[in-house]
Amino acid sequence: MVEKFDAIVIGAGPSGNAATYTLAKQGLKVLQLERGEYPGAKNVQGGIMYSHELEKIIPDFREDCPTERHIIEQRVWLLGEDSYVGTNYRSESFNSDKPNRYTIIRANIDKWWGEQIRKVGGLQICETTVTELIRDPSGKVIGVRTDREGGEIHADVVIMADGVNALLAKRAGLQDEAAPENVALAVKEILFIDPELIQQRFGIKEDEGVVIEIMGKVTKGMVGTAFLYTNKESLTIGIGCLISDFKNGSCPPYRMLEDLKNHPVIKPLIEGAEMKEYAAHMIPEGGYKAVPQLYGDGWMVVGDAAHFNNAAHREGSNLAMASGRMAAETVIELKAAGKGYTASNLAAYKKKLDDSFIMKDLKKYRELPGIMHGNKQFFGAYPDEITAAAHNWFTVDSVDKKTKEKQIMKSFIKRRSVMGLVGDAIKLVRAVR
Amino acid sequence: MSIMVKVEEKLYQNRYIVDESRPHIQIKSVEACQTCEKQACTFCCPAACYSKNETGGVTLVTDGCLECGTCRVVCQDKGNIAWDYPRGGYGISYKFG
Repeated sequence: MVEKFDAIVIGAGPSGNAATYTLAKQGLKVLQLERGEYPGAKNVQGGIMYSHELEKIIPDFREDCPTERHIIEQRVWLLGEDSYVGTNYRSESFNSDKPNRYTIIRANIDKWWGEQIRKVGGLQICETTVTELIRDPSGKVIGVRTDREGGEIHADVVIMADGVNALLAKRAGLQDEAAPENVALAVKEILFIDPELIQQRFGIKEDEGVVIEIMGKVTKGMVGTAFLYTNKESLTIGIGCLISDFKNGSCPPYRMLEDLKNHPVIKPLIEGAEMKEYAAHMIPEGGYKAVPQLYGDGWMVVGDAAHFNNAAHREGSNLAMASGRMAAETVIELKAAGKGYTASNLAAYKKKLDDSFIMKDLKKYRELPGIMHGNKQFFGAYPDEITAAAHNWFTVDSVDKKTKEKQIMKSFIKRRSVMGLVGDAIKLVRAVR
Repeated sequence: MSIMVKVEEKLYQNRYIVDESRPHIQIKSVEACQTCEKQACTFCCPAACYSKNETGGVTLVTDGCLECGTCRVVCQDKGNIAWDYPRGGYGISYKFG
């Protein structure tokens, strides 16, 4: 006999964990399937974790959640050939009892989630790849097929939290293949180093963390960003660009990462650290316009699989947790009302998303991906010009300041033309308004 | 300035549970690769699983695969890659992620 659950959740990332925990806590019979050797084995994140969405699900998570450092300083750097122009924001008030942001090591967090799910009675099974959705003759999703022997399992509703590749929805014809300009590929390394050195180099105390978001020369004119985060005893460094740009360029991602590590302003920060893992992952970057169908008869899709990522603010895992929770709450509410999981009833999930920061933020930045993709000057010409301008301005050489201003202006105009500069300003405003 | 990078040295740090002789990604048609102008998979794959070969085609070795899916996205116009997840428990096993 085929075993049957109230709900099946596919994937043990932030969205799947949030959904499974929320369902199990309300007493639903829920099965979570994960293809990795253990929860987190297939997951990759920068990673910064935002507290707010996790607090909504597990209010006292700080008691035992294995976070790394709480972030007290955010740096944004524009890299030139051998320089950077940057802004920092640091505040002592980020040293509160309940910090808003932490650096994390993904696998540690996912194992912790696994324990939380077990505590509330959820069933998480690893080493099981879901191969396809099972649908009844009307098309309603009624379960999943796995690669285990006799691996057919039924459920009233299936929540797909299978990540950015979202193979299940694509194979079932519920989602199109992602266009290369709508996904980025990021590569990263974790570098272990004496915590004392981290604290000295970044000017922080134990448990305090610094994150650096990076743009400019290191992406070689491609649309992309890089990062350097401080963990307890390690640093994570990574870089990612749109796949459409990697496809047209010829710089392999690992070479780009190596060049970043050897950049004159980065190298001293990571010197002497030992690399322990190299990871790669795709990131959904298409924004609002790339969000697929989110629900149908017997199914919902959450997290990266639903293309929920706010590229402008580097937020992904909080959208994942929030969407997982909302999908679960939709199931709980429909069950309590004695209603079925039909497409029209599951539209309540979309309503929750629309009313939340998830769709509001994605909508606000709906033009951003297209504008960035079509205007590479924001990733090539401008970082060059801005760092060159800073170099000119801060070199004291008896050239009067008025002449320096003219030189800088002339250089910008030569690169972009007056109309080009005006046009770029308009585009930037359109992208973020 | 670009530094020569040995991606094998990076991959060497990773933990893999290899599913012997059951590659989860396959090139569908050898000829389609030979007529592919760009062969973008050979420089987009972060684990350098794809390499140009003497016949003008592409050789795929999935042992170092990081399961990111980039090749699938890159090759979608040609549709010449059959991409699947490894069997449950196999493939890359991130210690940190």
